[in-house]
Amino acid sequence: MNKSPMISITDVTYEYTNVDDTDLIALDHVDLTIKKGEHLVIIGHNGSGKSTLAKQMNALLLPSSGVVKVADMDTRDPALLWSIRQTAGMVFQNPDNQIVATIVEEDVAFGPENLGIEPTEIMNRVTASLERVDMLQYRHKAPHLLSGGQKQRIAIAGVIAMKPDCIIFDEPTAMLDPSGRKEVINAMKLLNREEGITVVHITHFMEEAVGAHRVAVMEDGRLVMVGTPREVFTRVDELKKLGLDVPQMTELASELRKEGIDIPADVLTVEEMVTHLCQLKLMD
Amino acid sequence: MSIKIDGLTHTYNPGSPFETHALKNVTMEIESGEFIGLIGHTGSGKSTLIQHLNGLLKATSGSIWINSVEITKPGVKLKDIRKKVGLVFQYPEYQLFEETIEKDIAFGPTNLGLKEEEVRQRVKEAMEMVKLPYDELKDRSPFDLSGGQRRRVAIAGVLAMQPDILILDEPTASLDPRGRDEILEQIKLLHQQKKMTVILVSHSMEDIGRLVNRIIVMHQGTIAFSGTPREIFSQAEELESIGLGVPQISHLMKAMNRNGCQLPEDVFTVEEAKTIIMDYLRGKHHA
Amino acid sequence: MLKDITIGQHYPTGSVVHRLDPRTKIIGTFVFMAGLFMVKNFEAYFVVVTLLIVTIKASKVPFRYVLKGLKPLMVLIMVTFLINLFMTRGDVFFALGPVTMTWEGLRQGIFMALRLMFLIVGTSMLTLTTSPITLTDGIEQLLNPLKKIHVPAHELAMMMTIALRFIPTLLEETDKIMKAQMARGADFESGNLINRAQSLVPLLVPLFISSFRRADDLAMAMEARCYRGGENRTRMKALQWHRMDVVVLLLVLGYLGIMIWMRVR
Repeated sequence: MNKSPMISITDVTYEYTNVDDTDLIALDHVDLTIKKGEHLVIIGHNGSGKSTLAKQMNALLLPSSGVVKVADMDTRDPALLWSIRQTAGMVFQNPDNQIVATIVEEDVAFGPENLGIEPTEIMNRVTASLERVDMLQYRHKAPHLLSGGQKQRIAIAGVIAMKPDCIIFDEPTAMLDPSGRKEVINAMKLLNREEGITVVHITHFMEEAVGAHRVAVMEDGRLVMVGTPREVFTRVDELKKLGLDVPQMTELASELRKEGIDIPADVLTVEEMVTHLCQLKLMD
Repeated sequence: MSIKIDGLTHTYNPGSPFETHALKNVTMEIESGEFIGLIGHTGSGKSTLIQHLNGLLKATSGSIWINSVEITKPGVKLKDIRKKVGLVFQYPEYQLFEETIEKDIAFGPTNLGLKEEEVRQRVKEAMEMVKLPYDELKDRSPFDLSGGQRRRVAIAGVLAMQPDILILDEPTASLDPRGRDEILEQIKLLHQQKKMTVILVSHSMEDIGRLVNRIIVMHQGTIAFSGTPREIFSQAEELESIGLGVPQISHLMKAMNRNGCQLPEDVFTVEEAKTIIMDYLRGKHHA
Repeated sequence: MLKDITIGQHYPTGSVVHRLDPRTKIIGTFVFMAGLFMVKNFEAYFVVVTLLIVTIKASKVPFRYVLKGLKPLMVLIMVTFLINLFMTRGDVFFALGPVTMTWEGLRQGIFMALRLMFLIVGTSMLTLTTSPITLTDGIEQLLNPLKKIHVPAHELAMMMTIALRFIPTLLEETDKIMKAQMARGADFESGNLINRAQSLVPLLVPLFISSFRRADDLAMAMEARCYRGGENRTRMKALQWHRMDVVVLLLVLGYLGIMIWMRVR
């Protein structure tokens, strides 16, 4: 097995010129390594640079300085562009603005068609991909008649039909209602767990980060925290200072600790909280 | 300014294969000065409902009174209704069109036929209400602003019409936590200081829970529940059966009770939960 | 709601006509039109009507549905009829001041109105039985030989597909922006022409901005999915001629033959 990382970002800075001719630094010396099979969540508020970072991961943007490698392929090498984008697929925020075709299955076929794959193989991949996101029964439907969550699942199917090793989700749930959000998150988790696809998930919904392997927090173009969800969310006060939310259970745990209650700081879910509170009760 | 809705029904594309009954015989009353949270998942009829309240949609049957004026009667001047009922749509920043922020916010009041001086005064006040510095920003293009600021310009555009009733359709969609908290805080102040009647459509039970005094839950074109946040959130099973959740804190209380505790279930903020759990744990110490 | 309008009014029934290769149907439609314009007298319309009835029957699209397509163009048909009725010289059978009607005018009016109706019904059979996407594929394939003279066949087809994809989205958006501006007291309905044109600014500016934003997003999404033009691109569903296509093309040629014969006879 190849032990090299899925994506390695080394000392990457990205500058761009704004409409009024001012130079802005969107990424400021960022270092991040994403392992194969990992589920990484990147949080940060709007303008923190998280979307810019995401677009570096499949050569939609190129670093001003530093190196981004996707499966050992340098994103600055134009000859590797298409294999990089095939390896690292991307799902975007607005479900309407990433569907190309007027029929679901035609849209899922769009990526493989671009890769020049044989028609019968495309057909197989389209069927398998739609099945994976549980949208097979909609294959002949027009995308504009689907719900937001369903459209995003079509977009995901379109990416997995290209057989990527990694999928970057750039705020895929920001425009969805709670049930749509759940659909997308479930599809994402399934791909990570069962297909071993590396998932990079950019979001500002903290609840969505709870199940991830690692969480990275961005602020002003820099990575300010990287760690397991437990490690990151226990830093309740710092997160709040950054204007970010903390899962309610973690916040409650933090409040209880301030009152001198002996409860771990890294409680994330309701179940954990119940367990700890019951133990406290038993110990008395 | 009160709202009374009686037997309101709305059918889209009647008689065609696309016929959908978006509202079915909805009856309710909203008192002047109430802060209402309107919840329900996509397609439950909440967007259709709020569009009736300022005459953007015509009722298939039923009637609506805004402060004892029946707006569903033929011949009612829609301009008069829109002056009283301000409606902020989802992603309102996408309706901005003027070169400067001042001009854009002035669009509404100018349409009401107000004098220039009055319009400017209202623009100024509206910008203050959403915490945008008038002198600094009035001549800037709305398109130079950040997403959150643009949204506030759009909200100011409705506030400048000085409505008595303010309806907001998911005003925090796509905003980050900081942008969300800022907007919700401003809405809260409008309700408290300007005594506006506010209807807030939202998917976030946490936000609704900490802001409003009454929740109306819509499901399949009807009103499924109506009550204080406490009353609503204590019905977790019923809410979940129609695909809605309750705040995590309410879940925690339920889960504790399943484990043999006797905690109140109508709790939904971290603050309250802390107090209750502290009491519970201390009570245990003394017992 | 606007999004429920089916664009191109595709009416799927899975009939023989629907399963024909889009190229066959496009060529057939053009030949049908060519034949129609050769018609000089009413007798030849029998051939046209027979062909239309057979096609509609075979397509399993209800007659009522097909005729509904004439409704929005009724004004145009009436105008055509009236212009011919009043403007043709000949035996006057009715006169009121300067207005005269002639027998020749009546004949010509009916003749032209029928031609227009047949034209509409005939071409709508193409869109009723072919989904927009297959239609686009057909056009692309037919234009392919022209690539040699630098006709951007693939690009044209891609543009059509994207336009079709975004029409419902933009209709919905128009509806939304219009309502949002109406909530701010905008009036799109009253006033004179200039006022009305001006009142469109608050609608059109946001619509343009949003279309550009969408275009930007879509371009990014297409690039991320390895889109790089038509080169080396394969298609999931390659178009294939079947025996039925040959039969239909022969029939269509027969029709053209009859029309030519009836004209020169």
